[in-house]
Amino acid sequence: MRLAGRYLLLSVLALIVLFPIYITVVNSLLRPDQIASRPPGLFPTDPQWGAYKEAWEGGHIGRYMLNSAIVTTGIMVGQVLLAILAAYAFAFLEFPGRGFLFVVFLTTMMIPFEVVFFTNYQTIADLGLLNTYGGLILPFLATGFGAFLLRQAFLTVPGELRDAAALDGYGHWRFLWRVAVPLARPTVAALSVFAFLSAWGQYLWPLIVTDDDRARTVQVGLAQLRREALNDINVTFAGVVLASIPLVILLLAFQRQLVRGLTAGAVKG
Amino acid sequence: MSAQRSARRRAKDALLGYALVLPSLVVFGVFVFYPFVKNFSLALHRTPPFPGLPKKYVGLDQVKDVLSSSEFHKSLRITIEFVMLTVPVGIVLGLLLAVLAHKQLRGMGIYRTIFSSTVATSVAAASVIFWTLFNPQIGLVTYWMGRSGDLGVLEDPKTALIAVAVTTVWQNIGLSFILMSAGLQGVPDDLYEAAAVDGADGARRFWHVTLPMLSPTLFFSAVVGSIMAFQAFGQIDILTRGGPDDATNVLVYSIYEDVFRAGNDGVAAVKAIALFVIVLILTIVQLRVAERRVSYAR
Repeated sequence: MRLAGRYLLLSVLALIVLFPIYITVVNSLLRPDQIASRPPGLFPTDPQWGAYKEAWEGGHIGRYMLNSAIVTTGIMVGQVLLAILAAYAFAFLEFPGRGFLFVVFLTTMMIPFEVVFFTNYQTIADLGLLNTYGGLILPFLATGFGAFLLRQAFLTVPGELRDAAALDGYGHWRFLWRVAVPLARPTVAALSVFAFLSAWGQYLWPLIVTDDDRARTVQVGLAQLRREALNDINVTFAGVVLASIPLVILLLAFQRQLVRGLTAGAVKG
Repeated sequence: MSAQRSARRRAKDALLGYALVLPSLVVFGVFVFYPFVKNFSLALHRTPPFPGLPKKYVGLDQVKDVLSSSEFHKSLRITIEFVMLTVPVGIVLGLLLAVLAHKQLRGMGIYRTIFSSTVATSVAAASVIFWTLFNPQIGLVTYWMGRSGDLGVLEDPKTALIAVAVTTVWQNIGLSFILMSAGLQGVPDDLYEAAAVDGADGARRFWHVTLPMLSPTLFFSAVVGSIMAFQAFGQIDILTRGGPDDATNVLVYSIYEDVFRAGNDGVAAVKAIALFVIVLILTIVQLRVAERRVSYAR
């Protein structure tokens, strides 16, 4: 009996959490007049797939998703690569000022992007990078958080492994890519998934540095679709579904890495 | 000979070290530290009323003006209200879902996936979805509230911030659930067994075992959640554009409007510094408490 109660409660809560997603999918398959009809249709009896084509082509969601994919991949690869390089230096190399530079890296975590975005807009404009992929990617290439996490992971590489690798004639570069990075793979994966998730969802920065279709990302495209597609609101819903597909895949395929990335700070704290 | 060689090797290592941190340092220099320092210079100069005129050095006058302006106070108050409306509710909901789905029972995997699912939405997607739900003509929320055709919840200054908060809480449920679940997994099973032997029922186990053991996670989530809420922008821009009548004009949105609508980066810089100080205080509190906990653990 108590078990049944628990399942009942879980199911009710699951329905509430899922409802906005469910209604989005349903409305993307209804005609606008069906969406506006009262009482509302909660099930697509006669699914209309046209809204997806309209969102993809007429609403430019196809183009925006391509832009988002390029920008997100650029940010993710750049962040992970730069963090790996810096973390290696902090974990395995000795140089004057190392401790100070590490503190500099940590300090960047205390300066939110929202505090500096308008001057960065000016910088990107001065560099002539408005409406370009470069303008969307550059400010996010480095991450203090990522360098910190990877340094922690590198520090757990046993000293004997380094000695053995040195005896085998491994230089730093080979040791980094053949030994250190493979051993830190869970952290690299968590960091990559986390970087993808946050880069794909960015809104403020793409909103201000793009004002045409060339580099505009899908998140800004969704807001634009909502403003412009008032008469066929089903197209907006289709756009939301399309824009969410990459993240759904990410969640289903890399759930473990995602959880690791999201909880990286919490478990320690 | 060998001393010489090892000295040369050390020099080479040091050089490599600088080379490896350099790319990150350049990005930080241009896109974090330069704009951060620039804020202080912007704050000391007043933006001219017409573009093209030179900026005027005014010392701390502008800082005082902004910090004492009723517009800034209102914006700060709204931001804090937004934090209070989103963070505690988000944590309690995440904790409730995590506790319910924690038991190893048949089918729990499905519930866990559902509760994590809002992680796969973005701020913009969630805002567009809830914008339609709140819409006075076609919105289901307004329909079920019996308010169809009335003033929409987003157009009513009394309800707009709550509607923005509901959107935010929903979008963050997945994250909150994931954090709380990870926290629960860190509670050792033998503590529950010991409590059961002592005759503690479910509710007592929750209050006397789960909650205390979870306090680091709860605290971390509260601080990180507050920092995130202080930076909210996307949901405001899509749902209300700061309105109606500035009722949702949170700090970051007002900074955005100062720069991109009014062209006044001096005022924006003062507010940005204020935002930095708030986030800094929250971060320091978080670090202090985490530090103390580490020393307890030893």
